[in-house]
Amino acid sequence: MPSKVEGWKDDVYGMEVRDHLYRFAEEGWSAIPEDEHDAWFERFKWWGLYHQRKGQESYFMMRIGTPNGRMSPEQLRVIGEIADEYARGPVDNPEFGGAYCDWTTRQSVQLHWIQLQDVPEIFDTLEAHDLSTMQACGDSWRNIVGSPVAGRDAKEHIDAWPVIKNLNDTFKGDEEHANLPRKWKVAVTGDTRGSGQAEINDLGFEPATKEIDGEEVAGFNVVVGGGLSRKEPRFARDIDVFVTEQEVPDVAGGLSTLFRDHGDRDDRFNARIKFLVDEWGPQKLRRVLQEDYVDFELRSAGEDLRDQYTYNSGRNDETGDYVGVHEQKDGDYFVGLSVLVGRMGAEDVIELADLAEEYGSEMVGLTQRQNIIVADIAEEDLDDFLDEDLLEYYSPDPHPFLRGSIACTGTEFCSLSIVETKNRMVRYGRWLKDNVALPDGIDDFHVHLSGCTASCAQPQIADISLRGMKTRKDGEPVEAFDIGLGGGLGENPQFADWVEMRVAADEVPGYIRNLLEIYDERSEDDESFREFIARHDEDDLNGLAEPEETSYDDPYMGNTKMTWYPYAEETDMDAAPTPSPADD
Amino acid sequence: MTTSVHQLDDGAWLSVNDARRINVSDLWWLARHDFCDCEMADFLAEGFVEIGVDHPNIEGRIAGQCIECGESGVTDWLTLGRVVDPDAGTFLGVVPDSVHVPERRRRLASPSE
Ligand code: HEM
Ligand code: SF4
Ligand SMILES: [Zn+2]
Repeated sequence: MPSKVEGWKDDVYGMEVRDHLYRFAEEGWSAIPEDEHDAWFERFKWWGLYHQRKGQESYFMMRIGTPNGRMSPEQLRVIGEIADEYARGPVDNPEFGGAYCDWTTRQSVQLHWIQLQDVPEIFDTLEAHDLSTMQACGDSWRNIVGSPVAGRDAKEHIDAWPVIKNLNDTFKGDEEHANLPRKWKVAVTGDTRGSGQAEINDLGFEPATKEIDGEEVAGFNVVVGGGLSRKEPRFARDIDVFVTEQEVPDVAGGLSTLFRDHGDRDDRFNARIKFLVDEWGPQKLRRVLQEDYVDFELRSAGEDLRDQYTYNSGRNDETGDYVGVHEQKDGDYFVGLSVLVGRMGAEDVIELADLAEEYGSEMVGLTQRQNIIVADIAEEDLDDFLDEDLLEYYSPDPHPFLRGSIACTGTEFCSLSIVETKNRMVRYGRWLKDNVALPDGIDDFHVHLSGCTASCAQPQIADISLRGMKTRKDGEPVEAFDIGLGGGLGENPQFADWVEMRVAADEVPGYIRNLLEIYDERSEDDESFREFIARHDEDDLNGLAEPEETSYDDPYMGNTKMTWYPYAEETDMDAAPTPSPADD
Repeated sequence: MTTSVHQLDDGAWLSVNDARRINVSDLWWLARHDFCDCEMADFLAEGFVEIGVDHPNIEGRIAGQCIECGESGVTDWLTLGRVVDPDAGTFLGVVPDSVHVPERRRRLASPSE
């Protein structure tokens, strides 16, 4: 029997949801019939609106999908201005203030505290600048990810931007692909860094070459069924298909249609295509694709370029993450700036947009490591740009503990969360920087912190994987983490081994310090941290280092999820000023 | 009115008549259970997997983990609350950190709607 959500989607979904949104915006929050809340909130996701968690009723997270994470400086400014005007909640965040933008691990933008009555105005402004929230959440084509500097980056196999643009223009808004059994995440990697992280997407295109009629042709290998959520992480599986640039839309459309027809609509827990690939295996998937969903002969896979991958790869010789100054093909430079946990104050966003414009940049880009790139800086302007005050905080040369930190949304806004995330990761990063000597050989160190098993911060592919948990300390429940080690992508992708379970949140920094001391003592030659971990088996990793309380102080140890907002003066659910009176 | 119950957002909460009633991330004490070997399981709720109605009770199976011993899995059926006034749709949730006894299912988990 189709799930309840499928029933709601059958009634109203996709494009048409917009008319209803506008109606509710006009009539106010209370116009949404009380017994239809769940159905409408599910549908709103298709237009990028996600109802915030309990205690924050009537406020929405709004996601803006920016394909490849690319924007013009003008578009960036518009987003900053929208955040400044509309994304303000009843209470400020102690680290980030009253209005901010989140750059996400899928190269999108998230704003919080959005109210329905403001949606039409926000949509008008976004659309006037060629931006959209369409399909940013919900069951269909999500934001397509890849390298923001495609076409500029010297480390390039194929300029994937036209490919992504084409997929975006073809499939977003196409009714045939608007209502899938679940989310459909697509990545196209055209560079040799592996920065699209295609391995963890539902559908990925990985750079490859193949000899066709005696000629080396550049194209992509197709991988299907990756994803990290729940405790069921999968790398996308190789279905033994090579495509040229021109063939990408046909194969992508074929697979999306196959998923639409064959994905599980009865059980949402089993709906992602990763489970269909589990069930069928890659051979059957390929066969069904060939027989029913494409009308040309599929080629077998080509030679991949994985051995060149540097993005999130744990290599010691090169860091592929775009942070820093990089020469472009055209002789200009792009500068990658580190944004700690991906959150940037609205004023800073506007200031960065102004700077980018002033320096003649035509493109700013968000990366999957929650950072931002400013492209097209002329060589003669580079020093001036690097001297700008704003770059002191959003640094092109950050400390490795700050550079490598990623955190998801967590208890601040998210219903699934178990623990506080972003503010805590900021505190972890600062404490580590101030208190832990960086061992020789570590220039890059990835700590990915997720508030629950949905794994929005991609915890399984980091040097240190943190996943929200609880434990008891002196009998009292406190926020905690499961700690994993040894994950990463690169030539041989690997999920972390979970080695320390239920470590109280205030003992995590001590654990990392102790572990790094052990690495420093025992690592061989120029072994990277990831290589060091890989040399140990799981038994050796358990207990390799001890969690420990230190001078690190954690203000979020209690149950932040029980609050209506963790940083409010009066945190009790009953004190929640929601639903917002302004909306009625 | 009839009672509508479901889990949403990947099991993030239990919805009763379109109000979010019980959330993941709470700790539940489980007694006389076979979830793990602990006498009392100190169970962290991470996701509602199945929801059912056995009037007047709302019941559910929850995915999660015993934070005492680390065993993870899905519980048997737990009473999550009851609809005290079906006409008004009034729901009274149980208190997660009091003691609960999971039970094997008595009847089919088809929410009445
Ligand atoms: C207000 C609530 C939530 C917020 C703020 C939030 C935030 C995010 C962010 C920032 C990302 C990465 C960006 C992207 O995908 O474009 C993400 C991805 C993801 N989210 Fe959420 N999320 C929320 C709720 C949920 C819920 C309820 C689920 C479960 C259904 C979920 C599951 C995931 C998964 C599985 C990923 C991607 C991980 C992967 O497979 O690579 N999120 N979310
Ligand atoms: S990982 Fe969990 S807590 Fe973090 S944003 Fe995703 S769903 Fe929320
Ligand atoms: Zn136990």
